[in-house]
Amino acid sequence: MGKIVAVTGNEAVAESLRQVNPDVCAAYPITPATDLMQRFSSFISDGKVDTEMVLVESEHSAMSACIGAAAAGGRVATATSSQGLALMWEMLFIAAGDRLPIVMPVVNRALSAPLNIHGDHSDTMGARDSGWIQLYSETAQEAYDNAIQAFRIGEHPDIRLPVMVCMDGFIVSHSIERVEYLEDAEVRNFVGEYMPVNPLLDIDNPKSYGPLILTDLYHEYKRAQHEVMTRVKNVVLEVAADFEKLSGRKYGLFETYRLDDAEIAIVILNSAAGTTKDVVDSYRSKGIKAGLLKPRMFRPFPYEEVAAALSHLKAIAVLDRADSFGGYGPLFSEICGAVMSMDGKPPMINRIYGLGGRDYMPNQAEKVLDELVGIAETGKVHTLKDYIGLRE
Amino acid sequence: MKEPLWKTLTPGSVILEPGSSAKFKTGSWRSMRPRWIEENCIQCLFCWIYCPDMSVIVEDGKRKDFNYDYCKGCGICALECPGKKGNKAIVMEKEGG
Repeated sequence: MGKIVAVTGNEAVAESLRQVNPDVCAAYPITPATDLMQRFSSFISDGKVDTEMVLVESEHSAMSACIGAAAAGGRVATATSSQGLALMWEMLFIAAGDRLPIVMPVVNRALSAPLNIHGDHSDTMGARDSGWIQLYSETAQEAYDNAIQAFRIGEHPDIRLPVMVCMDGFIVSHSIERVEYLEDAEVRNFVGEYMPVNPLLDIDNPKSYGPLILTDLYHEYKRAQHEVMTRVKNVVLEVAADFEKLSGRKYGLFETYRLDDAEIAIVILNSAAGTTKDVVDSYRSKGIKAGLLKPRMFRPFPYEEVAAALSHLKAIAVLDRADSFGGYGPLFSEICGAVMSMDGKPPMINRIYGLGGRDYMPNQAEKVLDELVGIAETGKVHTLKDYIGLRE
Repeated sequence: MKEPLWKTLTPGSVILEPGSSAKFKTGSWRSMRPRWIEENCIQCLFCWIYCPDMSVIVEDGKRKDFNYDYCKGCGICALECPGKKGNKAIVMEKEGG
């Protein structure tokens, strides 16, 4: 049994990286992820890990160095946020295309312009098609647990893919919460010895990464990359089952809260799910059958399972903390994809909330649930996409 | 049933066969073709040094004719060639011309 501590999200995830003790870490500071890597580099300076830290001149270089180190055969981690993730963009696709299991906590933050350092999901939603696995975390505990599981998931021989572990900037990264740490030995045993596949440092068997593949085979390589993603779901569940044995904490592809007998529900990611659960409780005590679904694994997206969990509802609101200007929110689009094949599709609305760290308050969830009550009665949706929490 | 091609690919498009780039003949990209004029060649081997690919063949320390399988016609050899008494030993000509 590990210890119970009061720590920030950044501190908890830095601790998970200390316990995993990766071979190489290349990073560049950016608010609000700076503190995470600063803490981890202190572990290196204090000799508490053996990790080789590569201090680079940009996030583009950070991801490039991570790709090189992972191709060489190392267990590799980094962390970033917002503009930093945006600057990594072209390298993200290379990490995934090369099938390199890099683990990267991303502290969710808004993208410029206008410049904003606070939490929303614009950054990781922009990277959703990069081929990385994406796990989202409501709390510091979930971020810590997801980071540890991310190594096992990404490094699984059936997968070999990079993993982003997402948590909300400031709301989780800088807020102190109760977190249960595992013992160092438990974590090391859980992630196990790193087994490289086709490492460049195996010089007796020379090989080449990143070849030119033109019209003859590129299409086939991308088809194969999609196939790998279809295997991720089972591995995530398998790793979660092992993690539950170790920690007693249960994880799935998504979490449901009072959803089984619900008539209306909110689908929402990360920290705002906590606020929403409180509001669901207060509506339940008023006799309104409200529920919640919080996706944990956003890429690959578990369409069938989410559809099954939502199939009995009379109305659904999908709340997005990221926008697609001129389109629907990214989470809404996925839920539409999930329910598309259902008979008698429930009416759905998309509400954009909390951009640039705008507080998500209980009254916003109340307003959405009130609207859902009306939609469930009439079956009529007035406005499909709208913004909540706007200042008057 | 034959396995689809996409299922037979190396994960991450890693090339596991060293030196396999020799099989990829890039000479078809060429629009300009270098021609070696042996009587003007002083065997300085500048062309061999400067060739960015493997298109200048040297045997027993002597330059032989081009290997056109890999020559993309960049013309660096012709530019660098000092020739003999002002006469170039490599000239660029239009491919197929």
